[in-house]
Amino acid sequence: MESKTTHPSLTPTAPIMAPGHSYESISREVSDVVLEHNMPRAWYLCLFGVGLPLLGVLGLSTGMLFWEGLGLWGINNPVGWGFAIVNLVWWIGIGHAGTLISAILLLFNQDWRTAINRFAEAMTLFAVMCAGLFPLLHVGRPWAIFFILPYPNTMALWPQFRSPLLWDVFAISTYFTVSLLFWFTGLIPDLATLRDRSKGVRRKVYGAFALGWRGSAKHWFRYEMAYLLLGGMSAPLVVSVHTIVSFDFAVSVIPGWHTTIFPPYFVAGAIYSGFAMVLTIMIPVRVLFNMTDFITVRHMENMAKVMLATGLVVCYGYMCELFYSYYSGSEYESYMMTNRMFGPVGWAYWCLLLCNMATPQLLWFKAFRTKAIPLFCVTIVVNIGMWLERYVIVVTSLRRDYIPQAWDSYAGTAFDWAAYVGSIGLFVTMLCLFVRFLPMITIFELRVQHHEMERGEIR
Amino acid sequence: MAQTFSRSANVIARLLLVGSVVVIVLLASLGAALYRSPVLTQVGIAKAQPIPFSHQRHVGANGIDCRYCHTSVEKSGFAGIPPTETCMTCHSQVLADAPMLAPVHESWKSGESLEWTRVYDVPDFVYFDHSIHIAKGVGCTTCHGDIDDMRLTHKANTLHMGWCLQCHKDPGKFVRPADKVFDPEWRAELDDSFEQAVDGPRLVEENNINVGQLTNCSVCHR
Repeated sequence: MESKTTHPSLTPTAPIMAPGHSYESISREVSDVVLEHNMPRAWYLCLFGVGLPLLGVLGLSTGMLFWEGLGLWGINNPVGWGFAIVNLVWWIGIGHAGTLISAILLLFNQDWRTAINRFAEAMTLFAVMCAGLFPLLHVGRPWAIFFILPYPNTMALWPQFRSPLLWDVFAISTYFTVSLLFWFTGLIPDLATLRDRSKGVRRKVYGAFALGWRGSAKHWFRYEMAYLLLGGMSAPLVVSVHTIVSFDFAVSVIPGWHTTIFPPYFVAGAIYSGFAMVLTIMIPVRVLFNMTDFITVRHMENMAKVMLATGLVVCYGYMCELFYSYYSGSEYESYMMTNRMFGPVGWAYWCLLLCNMATPQLLWFKAFRTKAIPLFCVTIVVNIGMWLERYVIVVTSLRRDYIPQAWDSYAGTAFDWAAYVGSIGLFVTMLCLFVRFLPMITIFELRVQHHEMERGEIR
Repeated sequence: MAQTFSRSANVIARLLLVGSVVVIVLLASLGAALYRSPVLTQVGIAKAQPIPFSHQRHVGANGIDCRYCHTSVEKSGFAGIPPTETCMTCHSQVLADAPMLAPVHESWKSGESLEWTRVYDVPDFVYFDHSIHIAKGVGCTTCHGDIDDMRLTHKANTLHMGWCLQCHKDPGKFVRPADKVFDPEWRAELDDSFEQAVDGPRLVEENNINVGQLTNCSVCHR
C-alpha cells in the first residue's frame, strides 16, 4: 500500500500502529487495562511506593509550612522567589506538551498524535495542578489567595493589572480550564465505550460522564466541531502561557531577566521539558501496559525529534544570554553572567549546559531516538537540566543584583525539597489513578487510525 | 440490553447543569451580602457595656464637648477613654445613688478601671491616628455618626477599607471648618455659609492635605 506522495527515503522507521489489529482488539486492549484490573506490579510500586508516600511528605510539610510560616523555606530578602518559583516554572513547562500535542499537532494533521494525546493531556493537567500549588504556598497566607482575583470587594481594591504576576493568574487558570475541557471532550466517546463494556456501578459512573453519548452521526458532527474549536482555542495558549510566565522575569529590571529573548526561549524550553516528561513516562508505560502496538517506536522517535528541535532553540537562548550580557555594555549584566558561570552556584550553570545543551545532541543519532533505555536516560537528564535552568535564572540573578550590600546567599532547606519532591508525589499519584480509571489512549481515534491504515491513507 | 439510565436521567443532568451555576451564584451573593451586613460589620448594633452609657444624654441633651471625656483626641492617635475621675466630676453629686451607676462608684472606691467594650475597632494591621484627622478637618460625626442621638453607642459605619478610601481619595467631600469639627449637630447642607463642593476643596488646600499620598498603602498599613 504505497502512498503516492511519500518519497521512499522519507518512509518512517516504524508503523504508527502494529499490524494485525481490528476495531474490536483495539477497544478491548485499551479498555481492559481499566476494566479488568490487570495493573502490573510496577503500578502498585509507583502508587504505594512512590506516589502516596511522597504525597504524604507534601501534606506534612505543607501543614507545617502553614502552621509555622514561610521561614521554614530558604527564601530571604534578595532571593524572595527560591524553590517555589523554580518549581512553578518547571511544572508549567512540563504542562506544555499536552496542549502542543493535542492542539498544534491536531491543527497540523499529524496522525501520530493519536496514541499519545490523551496521556499527554492528562499529564498536562496534573503538571499544572502541581504548578498551581507553588504560588499558593509561596504567598504565605494561602487563605487569602483569592485576593489575587479581581472581584468586587469591600476594600475598593483591585489587583495590580500592570503586574505580570496577575497576568500569570489569568494565563494559568485559562490554560487549566481549556486543557481540562479539551481533555474531557476528547474522553466522551471513550467513556461511552467504557460504559458499554462495563456493568453495575461502573456502568453508571462512566455513563454519567459520557453525557448520553450514542455515537449518532449528529453526535459525531458536533463532537468534531467542538474538538476542533477547542483545539483552535488551545493553540495560542501553548505560546501565551509560558510567554507570560517569562514576563514575570522579563518585565522586571533584574540583570539576567530583563531580555526580549525570554518569551520564545521559555516557550521552547517548556515544549522541550514537556516532551521530555511525556517520554519519561511513556517509555515505561507502553511496555508495562502492553501498549507497544499502539505507542510505537515511531512515536518515540518523533517526540525525540521535537525534543531535539526545541532543545536547539533553548541552546540558542543560552547563546543569546551570553551575547546580551557582553553586548549590552551594562556592567550589571556582564557581572551577572560572570557570577552565573563562576560564582557560588556556577556548578549549576555548567550542569545545566551539560544536561540541556550537550546531552540532547545525542538525539542526532538514530539509536538514541529509537532505543528505549538510551532515550529514557536522555529525557531524565533533560528533566533535571530544565529544573536547573530555572534554578540558575531565579537564584543567581536575585542573589547578586545591583548593590553588593544587598547581596545574600541562598540554599533550599529540607522543607523546600519536601515541597518539590512532594509535588512529584502528587504528580505520580494522579498519573497512577489516571491509568487505573481512564483509557490512557484515545480508543476511538485508534479505530479511525486503523481504518485509515487499512485504506492506505496513513502508514 | 437494558438501558443504563432511566428517562429521568436527562432531566437530572440538565437540572445539575443549571442548578450548579445557580447554587454557586447564590452562595457567592449570599457570602457577599453577609460580609456587608450588620451581622458581620456590627453597624447599628449596640454592644453590652458595664453601664448603659448614653451619648444622647451627655452630648445631645447636656451639650458636653467630646474632648471633655476623650481628652487626647487632638494630640494622639488614641482618642482616650475617660478615667472614673472624669465621671465623678459630675456623678459624685448627680445621680450619686442611682443603682445604674453602681459600677462607677465601685470603681471609684476600689481604684479598678471600668472595662468598656470597644465599639470601633480597626484590625491590628491598620494604623489609625485620631489627631491628624481632627487637625485636617474631619468632624467626629463624619465617622462616628449621629453620636448625639445614640442612647447606646453603636458603630455608624462599616470601617471597611472601601469606606475609608471614599475620603482618602477625595477628602474635599468630607472635610469641614476647624470650628465645626467637634460640633455633633453641624451639617454641611444646613450651614448657609458653607458649600461642600466649593469650600471642601478650599479646606483641603488650606489644610495642606496631600491627596496624592493618602492612598499610598503605607499611609495606613505601616
